[in-house]
Amino acid sequence: MSASVILASECPPDDPGFCAPSVLEFFPKPLATFDLFGAHFAITRITVILWIATAVMVWFFIAATRNMQLIPGRRQYFAESGYSLVRDGVAREVIGTEGLRFAPYLASLFFFILINNIMGIIPFAQIPPTGRFAFPVVLAAISYILFNWVGIRQQGLGPYFKNNLFPAGVPKLLYVLITPIEFASTFIFRPFTLAVRLFANMLAGHLLLAIFAAGTVYLFTVGNFSVIFGPVSFAMTVIMTFFELLVQVLQAYVFVVLTSTYIAGAMEEAH
Amino acid sequence: MTVLAELTGNIGTVAYGLAAIGPGIGVGIVFAAYIQATARQPESAALTRTYLFLGFALSEALAILGFVVPFIIT
Repeated sequence: MSASVILASECPPDDPGFCAPSVLEFFPKPLATFDLFGAHFAITRITVILWIATAVMVWFFIAATRNMQLIPGRRQYFAESGYSLVRDGVAREVIGTEGLRFAPYLASLFFFILINNIMGIIPFAQIPPTGRFAFPVVLAAISYILFNWVGIRQQGLGPYFKNNLFPAGVPKLLYVLITPIEFASTFIFRPFTLAVRLFANMLAGHLLLAIFAAGTVYLFTVGNFSVIFGPVSFAMTVIMTFFELLVQVLQAYVFVVLTSTYIAGAMEEAH
Repeated sequence: MTVLAELTGNIGTVAYGLAAIGPGIGVGIVFAAYIQATARQPESAALTRTYLFLGFALSEALAILGFVVPFIIT
């Protein structure tokens, strides 16, 4: 279903060659547009997928914790296991006992990224909203502000920057070299790579799946000897779908682990 | 000046090929370290699994960047 929608929207209709899906996949036709305070908004099918996915995830956790019993039922057990994965497996492991304060944020972050990543392989949706650059940027910005805020509040404004930009145990002369590198690494590259890692993984995965799927359709319908490569393309689609599932879960996990690592690094007093 | 050799087409494919060299070696090193550490001390496998996934994703990110940047800079 998605392949025909893609080909219809971007390719010239009378071109006999293969029309490969491009990044224009992530810029579908808007379903509704409106202007608010001078900013232009467009509701596309990606926005709707994001809303539905987030609503499902929020509904699941609310429904699971509604009448909590001491002996959990199935839904409560799954919700508690999922929350414990982040709270104990990540927050407490990486940050320590102080990390339990951040477990709600980290769990929300993990499950939001996870459900929106998985939309990349769910039928009828098949596009991860986290492949639009804005969403990882906002998530990375929140994490960036959080770990800096935590560090400044814990250590004070001056000592926080001193500990980050002038690490201890370095000969004074090397500070000319080390300080710009540390500044760029902590305050510029960290949020940037957090956002770009998630975005690029989702974009690349979606493009791979789209190219293999569209290629399967093309090879089977083009009518010449290329049809023998059709099953190869189909097999690759199936294999890449499973691989994409692994990558999607992994990228959500890595985003949360890195956020908590940055928080842990900001909270410790001295290196 | 005569042109001795010429390459036409999409340089993004060449760029990705070059970009995949480093992360390929890096991911291999990360997994090799995990396998060796687990072989020496099997009980540490659960402890170091976090660093395994972290190291894999951090190395892989650069290869993914190499794949995606030619699409964006069109």
